Amino acid sequence: MKRPTQPTETPQVGRSVPRLESQQKVTGRAEYVHNLRLPGMLYGKIFRASVAHGRIRRIDVSAAQAVGGVYRVVTSDDIRTLLPEPYYGPAFHDQPILAIDKVRHVGEPVAVVLASDPHVAEEAAHLIVAEYEELPAVFDEVEAMTSKAIVHESLKPAGTFPDLKHLKGRTNTNVALDFHLRRGDAERAFAAADRVFEHTFRTQQVMHTPLEPFVSVAEPRESSLTIHTASQSPSFVRIELARLLGWPENRIRVKVPFLGGGFGAKLYIKLEALVAVLALLTRRPVKVSLTMEEQFFTLTKHASTFRIRSGVTKDGRITSRQCEVWWNGGAYADIGPRVTQKSGFTAPGPYDIEHVAIDSYALYTNLPPAGALRGFGIPQLVWAYESHTDLIARALKMDPIEFRRKNILREGRPQATGTPMQDAAIDKVLERLGALLDWERPFDRGSGTVRRGRGIAIGFKACISPTTSVAMVNVSADGSCIVYCSTVDMGQGSDTAMAQIAGEVLNLPAESVTVVHSDTDVTPYDMATLGSRSLFHMGNAVRLAAAEARGKLRALAAEVGLSVETPIAEVFRKKYGMQAGNVIGTGSFIPSYTPPDYSTGLTPDATPFWMVGGTGAEVEVDTETGHVRVARLVNVADVGTPINPKIVETQLSGAAIMQLGFTMFERMHFDAAGQLRNASLAEYKIPGLLDLPREMVNEAVVAEQRTGPFGAKGVGETGTFGVSPAIANAIEDAAGVRLTSLPLDAEAVYRALRAAKGEPLPEG
Amino acid sequence: MSAARRTIGFKLNGEAVSAEVAPHENLVEVLQGEFGLYGARESCGQGLCGCCTVLVDGRAVSGCLYLAAFVDGAEVVTVEHTASEQGLDAVQEAFIETGAFQCGFCTPGFVLMTRQLLAENPDPSEDEIRHYLSGNLCRCAAYPEIIDAVKLAARRRKTAP
Repeated sequence: MKRPTQPTETPQVGRSVPRLESQQKVTGRAEYVHNLRLPGMLYGKIFRASVAHGRIRRIDVSAAQAVGGVYRVVTSDDIRTLLPEPYYGPAFHDQPILAIDKVRHVGEPVAVVLASDPHVAEEAAHLIVAEYEELPAVFDEVEAMTSKAIVHESLKPAGTFPDLKHLKGRTNTNVALDFHLRRGDAERAFAAADRVFEHTFRTQQVMHTPLEPFVSVAEPRESSLTIHTASQSPSFVRIELARLLGWPENRIRVKVPFLGGGFGAKLYIKLEALVAVLALLTRRPVKVSLTMEEQFFTLTKHASTFRIRSGVTKDGRITSRQCEVWWNGGAYADIGPRVTQKSGFTAPGPYDIEHVAIDSYALYTNLPPAGALRGFGIPQLVWAYESHTDLIARALKMDPIEFRRKNILREGRPQATGTPMQDAAIDKVLERLGALLDWERPFDRGSGTVRRGRGIAIGFKACISPTTSVAMVNVSADGSCIVYCSTVDMGQGSDTAMAQIAGEVLNLPAESVTVVHSDTDVTPYDMATLGSRSLFHMGNAVRLAAAEARGKLRALAAEVGLSVETPIAEVFRKKYGMQAGNVIGTGSFIPSYTPPDYSTGLTPDATPFWMVGGTGAEVEVDTETGHVRVARLVNVADVGTPINPKIVETQLSGAAIMQLGFTMFERMHFDAAGQLRNASLAEYKIPGLLDLPREMVNEAVVAEQRTGPFGAKGVGETGTFGVSPAIANAIEDAAGVRLTSLPLDAEAVYRALRAAKGEPLPEG
Repeated sequence: MSAARRTIGFKLNGEAVSAEVAPHENLVEVLQGEFGLYGARESCGQGLCGCCTVLVDGRAVSGCLYLAAFVDGAEVVTVEHTASEQGLDAVQEAFIETGAFQCGFCTPGFVLMTRQLLAENPDPSEDEIRHYLSGNLCRCAAYPEIIDAVKLAARRRKTAP
């Protein structure tokens, strides 16, 4: 590809630069861990638990071990010869590398077969036999609060988070974290309110389904270990493996090429600890590639129950709101407790409400673990509060936009935590949504058996805080530039954005900038690529690093007696007598933050920035079949000032279509014993081209995040926020039925239509 | 596993090649293991996502389900095969210009299916595009841009000399 290298005065931010790696991707040559083969490599195939909760009586690996070509079969007994405490996790050290004593969900890894031929390993894994003493299991998040079935004997919070310390050693509970917020006096305000509304909403368990399934390779060296992994968090992988092994960080090298999708699945430790111990036990490179089926047992999105209650004046002002949220975290905490708190405090929605009470609980159950999925709990919350908001507006016979206009948080007003809203264009998003939907114009409501309706929803998210990003910018003797950062490009276009930011500072075309992929021996620390944080945090770090490099270049020019306008190559030649040397700028960024008070949940500085997203939907409901067709989907967002407008638009659109799948049909089906019935793309449908709305509009409002790099902020999740409630609100508008559980599939709509006619269908 | 391997010969991206394959090995495994071609990749393992798309005798097949032994004597084309010595074809260029991919894992399958679509139907309607490519999945959901890319490639091919 042609790579212009001449300095440029053309602005690099705000330009729709095609992704830097475009050519590699359209020719099939982009690098993924999926492609990696090393000499002498063994393939690991995992044998998984067949019961949801059980004490392991016996594991018989003899038949597997006897298969020709099997190198070794490994269980937790082997792992404990290496590590006495092989438990990992970002919030709790609760997850064993392979099951120890107990299994806690169907599909939990119990043993691994290693062979040079992956087919041999797979065949042998089928011959392993495990016997369990089955234990009572719990699957529902609300039941888990009081269930006698206890998933973990005692809680083991990681030392990383101060607000989890009080949970250490707690027994006889499934509550992995409880978060509470109290502002004003909600109960008194309910008593004084003209109307009080209460509803309960539920969401289902779904899965990220990256098309590149989880894959990790460990490569043992003389006294170190290299991990090649499809991970969104290489720095975390290194630190957590160093902790597990008792090694210094510099003996573990974590390398990440492109990811074939992540969406929050490939965070923290997934297969990395497993391949690391397998490589140390065998002194051979080891690769573990999951199948699509196995992904369903690895990480999912929280199912949730949200009871929401609001006190409202008769003229439509919300005076108090009480939120109780139960998050189904599955058998291992993963990052669930963070979801409970970091998302929990936005549960009342983007509304200016004086009296607020929030209780948010992370629960252990005997289902596959749940973690972050594109929105970190926010889509579950918006689903509830925007369905609820619509119900209130209907009951008060108020226009849903007017009702929201009356209640939204305006600039400078305190959010539930007390943190004042800054650079959050909630009003603009709401107004633009109305304009794009032609809200004031008469709407065609359909006729006969096909009824049309429309609905809107708005949501917001606080970026997780406090987190750190560090970057380096290297200017070579010819003036060309390399950016070193550990942000992982999993499709969101971060390489391109970072090149644009460095190029903007150094007056270089973004296309000429090289971005080095995560390699913890080379690229500096980054908390992780998650929660739409990278553009803001790493973008600021790259901007600072590039500015430092620019300052050093100017100083160098002055030192050798040249003007600042002198071409960089000439400055280096004068300094070193030939094309030699380089200038390195570094930048690190951590925003300010005040942790919430433990008892009240209040803080004056909850987040470095707010993301705001709204969706409008126009639907057609076939009242004879319950089939819903989304005719038009409009997504509007505050993304600050876009660095790359085209990539921003595709992020909004991609996020909205993904959420459309979670809204309309995706759902993991478990039977009464906790067995997953649809762990394949044949039975778990994700959106395809035929599921697209006929028309989609994606738009960023004119806005600026003053603390962001060139006014920008994150966008990866924003398109998900409003989709589910906007469609449910539109369904009620069309057909007069209200759905309170996701997904909104034809059966659910048809059942609701029959119930509304007084002819309910039998359950089951 | 111990079943006898046999030697097969076929044309791969225009070049005559041979490979020793076991009866259970699929086409994706052989392309990756023997020829270092990673553009066709297994994802769902059931022929439902299109990530493993390979053209065999001009027809798109799911390489993860297609036994390698069956390509003996056939003509196999993967995404790595480019029409000209260097550079991209109209479909690949259109995918770049419209931003029709994000993570890129599904992209080779979409590129090959689009080529086959335009070979059969040089001027497809939007409905025809949606239906023809409905067997390819993109979890990043770059679908609106993929539709734009197919339309752009069709226009370019029509006006090309």
